[in-house]
Amino acid sequence: MTDPRWNSGGWAPPPVPQSQSQLNPDPASPVRPYAVTGGRTAPRVKLAMEALVSSATAENREFSHITPEYQAISQLCRQVRSVAEVSALLRIPLGVVRVLIADMAAEGLVRVHQPQLDAGRPDVNLLERVLSGLRRL
Amino acid sequence: MGKTTFVGAVSEIMPLTTEAVMTDASAGIDDLGMTPLKSTTTVAMDFGRVSLDRDLILYLFGTPGQHRFWFMWDDLVRGAIGAVVLVDTRRLSDSFPAIDYFEEAQLPFVVGVNGWDGQYPHSDAEVRDALTLAPHIPLVRLDARSKDSVKAALINLVEHALSVRMAVPGWGG
Repeated sequence: MTDPRWNSGGWAPPPVPQSQSQLNPDPASPVRPYAVTGGRTAPRVKLAMEALVSSATAENREFSHITPEYQAISQLCRQVRSVAEVSALLRIPLGVVRVLIADMAAEGLVRVHQPQLDAGRPDVNLLERVLSGLRRL
Repeated sequence: MGKTTFVGAVSEIMPLTTEAVMTDASAGIDDLGMTPLKSTTTVAMDFGRVSLDRDLILYLFGTPGQHRFWFMWDDLVRGAIGAVVLVDTRRLSDSFPAIDYFEEAQLPFVVGVNGWDGQYPHSDAEVRDALTLAPHIPLVRLDARSKDSVKAALINLVEHALSVRMAVPGWGG
């Protein structure tokens, strides 16, 4: 059963490479979304859902040699976006988009700005900035 | 209840929806090619964005409260400022798992009582008592449709998060 959202919104899944077709012959299998990541579900670095992503490549860069997903992410992230936004706007499941963005960061195609944390929590300075920002809304 | 409305009231974008893949075989597995999946479902999660400063963006994630969605909360609480537990006073017991979860995770939270058309059929004391809420946990009455009301609830949450942080030795800054 293919999720209808997967194919809507102008984002079409790429052709499945031969090795993936053999690995996962049923195109309706739930594993299908992970074909674009080469079957991996764990990103090389842990990305927060709210981590911000921005393109690190020039606007007019020739994209012919990179995958359609990389291209879509590069273009979307000309404006800074969170990992969650990239997932929602390109209709790629969160787990898949995390793998792709981590790979792109490793290749220097995007910059990732992880949240400032202090022992797993936002630091006090950040909390104070959020508080004054909310009061100004 | 009302979580998408709550997020939408302050978000500068229409709330977006992302999907997390829920599988009972997800933990610790990094190669689906080698792993027969037992079951997979996608779970939608709504979120919104509030730009607070030129370089500061607040994201609000709304997730369902039922126990089977906890796998997403584990992901969300990491790095989170805190949580607003929206309760329906007609079904207070639905909120027990969420309150237990955030207490266990030591994530600052406030309880938001969503009133419909300004109607709050229960007193604060009744709600606190029914939820066995610790005295330091804020209880906020709100209207999830109102930007000002949601903003006030968020301010309450961040103030609470700051006071919790200051009160714990070694966590101050």
